[in-house]
Amino acid sequence: MKSKDYLKDISEIKNMMNKSSRFISLSGLSGILAGVYALIGAAIAYSLVISYSYGRLTLDGWVFETCLFILFMVAFLSILTGIFLTTRKAKKDGSKIWDSTSRRLVFNFLVPLAVGGLYILIILSQGKYGQSGGLMLIFYGLALVNASKYSIGDIQYLGYIQIILGLIGAWKPGYGFWLWVLGFGIMHIVYGTWMHFKYDRN
Amino acid sequence: MSIINNINKLFDHRIRLGIMSVLMVNEYADFNMLKELLGATDGNLASHTKALEKAEYIKVEKQFIGRKPNTRYSTTKLGRAAFKKHIDALEAIIKKQK
Repeated sequence: MKSKDYLKDISEIKNMMNKSSRFISLSGLSGILAGVYALIGAAIAYSLVISYSYGRLTLDGWVFETCLFILFMVAFLSILTGIFLTTRKAKKDGSKIWDSTSRRLVFNFLVPLAVGGLYILIILSQGKYGQSGGLMLIFYGLALVNASKYSIGDIQYLGYIQIILGLIGAWKPGYGFWLWVLGFGIMHIVYGTWMHFKYDRN
Repeated sequence: MSIINNINKLFDHRIRLGIMSVLMVNEYADFNMLKELLGATDGNLASHTKALEKAEYIKVEKQFIGRKPNTRYSTTKLGRAAFKKHIDALEAIIKKQK
């Protein structure tokens, strides 16, 4: 027999293993846009805190509530954009948007993220907000690392970067805001751009 | 023993190779999932799963989800070992011929 057939067999095995266990139609563009939303949100929150709260954020009052609202809007818009662009890409790839691979991906992504979100809400309600920037980064990073097993493996590196930024944030809470901007804003844009050029452009 | 002996005749078919590949990385897969992934017809897929079942490489479970019958497949220990041996043999041959 010819080695060409055997090579074809090996690549067929790899292809089937990936196709059946990983959801790879993630859109790089949605990462870029999520980063842009995060930067815009952070800029608005920053200017609010500077002009109305004397550069200090206290837990009561409308400035804090507005900041929380901005945070939810950033998350909401990012998810919406992600779903929209990923659906579009899946259609183009000819793969299904809601099958066992995407279900597994969403589930494994959401477990660490939901736990982290609830944990942050609980400690916020207890008045401990100094760590929340770092915690958001840590739990988001863990969610990415966990999800990477069921998607493009590359997203685990973004996860590790977020975890490291989060740990720095826990160590130096004063830089929490800037680390958040770096992690959710700039890293998303850098990473999304890289993914876009690596996977989307063909 | 030459490596060519480790090439498993049963895996020398695109559909059967595909079924095993999918089941190696998934706890289980049902009939429709395999059908979609492999682009096979019902009858074609059924005959190939039967062949693998007969060799005791895969396990078949029939159950009902609501009122719909659902057939799901998973690998056996024997099947996993056989498939690994097959992949090793493929790789060894490719390396040798390079």
